[in-house]
Amino acid sequence: MSTAIHFKYEIVRTFRNRIFYAVTLALPLVLFYAIATGQRSATQDGVSFPLYFMTAMAVYGAMFAAVSPGARLARDRSGGWTRQQRITPLRARTDIAAKVVTAYLIALPSVVLVFLAGVSLGVRLDATQWLELGGLLLAGLTPFIALGIVLGYLLSVDALTPAIGGVVVLFALVGGVYGFQLAHSGPLFDVMKAIPSYWLVQAGKTAFGGGGWPAQGWIVIAAWTAVLVGAAALAYRRSAARG
Amino acid sequence: MVDNNAPAGGIVLSRLSKSYGQVRAVRSIDLTIAPGETVALLGPNGAGKTTTIDMILGLTHPDAGTVSVFGRPPAAAVRAGWVGGMLQTGSLLEHLKVRELVTLMASYYPHPLPVADVMRLTGADEFAGQLTTKLSGGQAQRVRFASALVGNPDLLVLDEPTAGIDVAGRHEFWQAMRAVAGQGKTVLFATHYLEEADAYADRIVLIAHGQIIADGPATEIKARAGSRMIRATLPGIDLAALGALPGVVSADRHGDAVLLSCSDADTALRALLGSFPAARDIEVRGGSLEEAFLELTADEETADAVNVHATAGAVAAGGPR
Repeated sequence: MSTAIHFKYEIVRTFRNRIFYAVTLALPLVLFYAIATGQRSATQDGVSFPLYFMTAMAVYGAMFAAVSPGARLARDRSGGWTRQQRITPLRARTDIAAKVVTAYLIALPSVVLVFLAGVSLGVRLDATQWLELGGLLLAGLTPFIALGIVLGYLLSVDALTPAIGGVVVLFALVGGVYGFQLAHSGPLFDVMKAIPSYWLVQAGKTAFGGGGWPAQGWIVIAAWTAVLVGAAALAYRRSAARG
Repeated sequence: MVDNNAPAGGIVLSRLSKSYGQVRAVRSIDLTIAPGETVALLGPNGAGKTTTIDMILGLTHPDAGTVSVFGRPPAAAVRAGWVGGMLQTGSLLEHLKVRELVTLMASYYPHPLPVADVMRLTGADEFAGQLTTKLSGGQAQRVRFASALVGNPDLLVLDEPTAGIDVAGRHEFWQAMRAVAGQGKTVLFATHYLEEADAYADRIVLIAHGQIIADGPATEIKARAGSRMIRATLPGIDLAALGALPGVVSADRHGDAVLLSCSDADTALRALLGSFPAARDIEVRGGSLEEAFLELTADEETADAVNVHATAGAVAAGGPR
């Protein structure tokens, strides 16, 4: 029994879905150049606009990458393959672990490409800053991977596509991914600070400040991850009970 | 047994029941399958075959009763790699080639068969490099069979394995199946083709309306078919009393009508009239298996009666050997 083969073919499947892969990589790049090219010398929240928006688009692309295993899960489920899989010794958690790996294999090149685009518009950071920025972004994705899996177990393929798109856009909007922040103080700001995508956007600012996330950022990401992993386990049981 | 762990005890279903809303899909089924047996679950669509199979595989939880697969609950037997299954519905995993999919399935099991051998046996090697989404129905069915087989399970469960395959493909499928069953595996397959059940199973379990209505070696089922049937309108009589009449093998009820399967119809008819003078609308007929099947599985009270008859017609078209 080898889980390595399951991981291998889950990765093969991801990269064979070429159109999906290309769109996921291209969308944040296109948005970045379309919006940031004309505002190279502008500033936003005290940092240069290209840097701010580069982080935002890296977050945006990475969020779509993160929820993508959920879409694959829904397709496997609706096609009936999940039932076939359940009558083999493969454990559901192995399948989910493989899907988490593929999420990062899409997110990583997506983030790197957006960084390169940032460099092409004059963003300059030193090596430790790039690593810290990239590292925080990937760490901040965990709740979104879990969210995709929850939706993948609960929704049909037809319902999933708009649901995932809507959820990502909503999180992006509230988190300030699109380049503007809904509030800078007050109750709405408190809500924003409890949303994981806010901390993904903050990763950009904290990275060049050199400080990383404050404790609140790590707590928000960890709490969302814990809750959504629990929800994914419940959603799996519900899905299995329905056959 | 092929598995080193040598599971024992076969498959035991005990008072197994499952309802979906108002529909009682499976009604208190008792069934024991010995290791190495090849058993056909024969019945029309909607008889409860798939629900029964899903409970054996652990995909569906019974409302009541138990399933034991080689002495373990289904989920544990599945985890141990003792079970391989071919489900009736479901597409194959996307974005993989046929050989990759069979390799993937093999990787889940502790003692798989060589992928190349299984590909050859099932004929899937002819399109090994094709993507799973670009296969014909018959090809996909062969891949499903290869996927069920490659894990080298002790129990193979096949839900209508030849559905959607042409006649030549069916023949090839059953030849491969025979080679597998010959290796001492326990095989349970569902079908609504009498011909398949008769030709390829050691034993036929006839199922209708969620109940087992006949269970025995194929020859015995056929012998039963050679007997005569008495049908009479006789409301409110205890079936056990009817079954105990001389010459009667079994008794069944459909609404106000009773159906007596007889080893000696003359004796049975005399006894029936002597003991139950209220019996009327009496018919005696020579029962072919098709006819028995039709009688036993038809139910005028259900809304899908037309469907049941249509399926029974398909069975009749299969014909006895």
